[in-house]
Amino acid sequence: MAWQPSASIAALTRRARLLGAIREFFAARDVLEVQTPVLGQFGVTDPDVPGIAVPDYGFLQTSPEYFMKRLLAAGMPDCYQLGPAFRDGESGRLHNPEFTLLEWYRHDYDDQQLMAEVAELVSVLLGPADVATISYAELVFSDRYVAHPCAVDAPRDVLDLRFAEACRQLSPGRFFIVDYPADQAALARLRPAQDPAARFELVIDGIEIANGYWELVDADEHERRFAQDNRLRAGRGLPSVEADPELLAALRSGLPDCAGVAVGVDRLLMLVLQQPRIGAVMPFAWHSA
Amino acid sequence: MATYSTNEFRSGMKVLLEGDPCTILENEFVKPGKGQAFNRVKFRNLKSGRVWERTFKSGESIEAADVMDLDMEYLYTDGEFWHFMRTDGSFEQVAAAAAAVGEASNWLKEQDVCQVTLWNEDPIAVTPPNFVELEVTDTDPGLKGDTASGGTKPATLATGATIKGVPLFINIGDVLKIDTRTGEYVSRAR
Repeated sequence: MAWQPSASIAALTRRARLLGAIREFFAARDVLEVQTPVLGQFGVTDPDVPGIAVPDYGFLQTSPEYFMKRLLAAGMPDCYQLGPAFRDGESGRLHNPEFTLLEWYRHDYDDQQLMAEVAELVSVLLGPADVATISYAELVFSDRYVAHPCAVDAPRDVLDLRFAEACRQLSPGRFFIVDYPADQAALARLRPAQDPAARFELVIDGIEIANGYWELVDADEHERRFAQDNRLRAGRGLPSVEADPELLAALRSGLPDCAGVAVGVDRLLMLVLQQPRIGAVMPFAWHSA
Repeated sequence: MATYSTNEFRSGMKVLLEGDPCTILENEFVKPGKGQAFNRVKFRNLKSGRVWERTFKSGESIEAADVMDLDMEYLYTDGEFWHFMRTDGSFEQVAAAAAAVGEASNWLKEQDVCQVTLWNEDPIAVTPPNFVELEVTDTDPGLKGDTASGGTKPATLATGATIKGVPLFINIGDVLKIDTRTGEYVSRAR
């Protein structure tokens, strides 16, 4: 292990400018910066979003989503957070267990309006370019995207793998993936016919950059989805995670109609700098942290 | 038998894949934000030399392969097997079949030290030294004094291998230095 940073000073200079440009973007739109806890008492139930447990405390937060939703339920106006988030066991070319997440919420926006704002932010940071739109089904079931031989056969595993492979092949260019099936809604609301979900993702040059929802506000439906997450966890032999009771209480008190999105800031910087590895754009990647 | 989980995969690791010994070349972690984690892994099949790409669910395990690379001296071939001897003073010998020797047979010269890959103590691959010196047994007559015209011709070597790109001034009986990785002529050996 070397004491030197894993990113060059030139990359860190560009990083500082990028963070400044993000803050300017939101200041000009009257979206307030908030700082919610990175260490919280509760985790998330989603089996594919592994939190890092901190004994005697709780969890390093996988995103500021629940705290920000509690702020919104308490009357906070449009707001964003730019700070660290954590995922257990995620390490690789595009992953670091600690990374920088930009998350923001807009009152009375739907997913379409928020997608337009995401595209604008990306134009400011990466330069203008069109964003194509492709549906989840088009992406996953098209033969254009052929997966390698693989040892998975459960239907959901096959879909997840095809999705991962196909995202990588959405390159070059900017793509919104839309119309997710109901069982992959996460915390997006469902459109009237129960399907598809009002969820979108942004992929740029084959790299997953953003994930957003026209937010689900129904507290009972949240409880059903959290319980379903824990059934999936049990099926995969993962420990069950208590659904955050404070979030549920806030939802019962009423989450205003809003849309929200999370953006991987380190990955944006990878695109700015044309760096193939996430470690080369953060001061100290995990192997040297 | 030991197993390795995808989290432990490192390049150079020797594993069993579909019954064949392989070495890991690359291991890429793939995970959509809201999807399951996978590892996309590139292997070299040590028997065929082919590169295989496979995807695993993260956390799955595969069996380790008992594979060793040993420096061994090439002794001789009896036509069916190529015989090698350990260089550690044990004089222990192994016999490699044509399938294991493969293209290396073009470059094997007695007493040269090669790398022999053993799987469960059986030889499965032979890697010759990067450069070997072999005598020319057949080629068109040399053009005396022509060291600069740039023309080339094929030549047959003592192992039976024929190489292209040999300068016109080379004669039968000359010893050539060959790069075994490309199969190309490098120079005339002193």
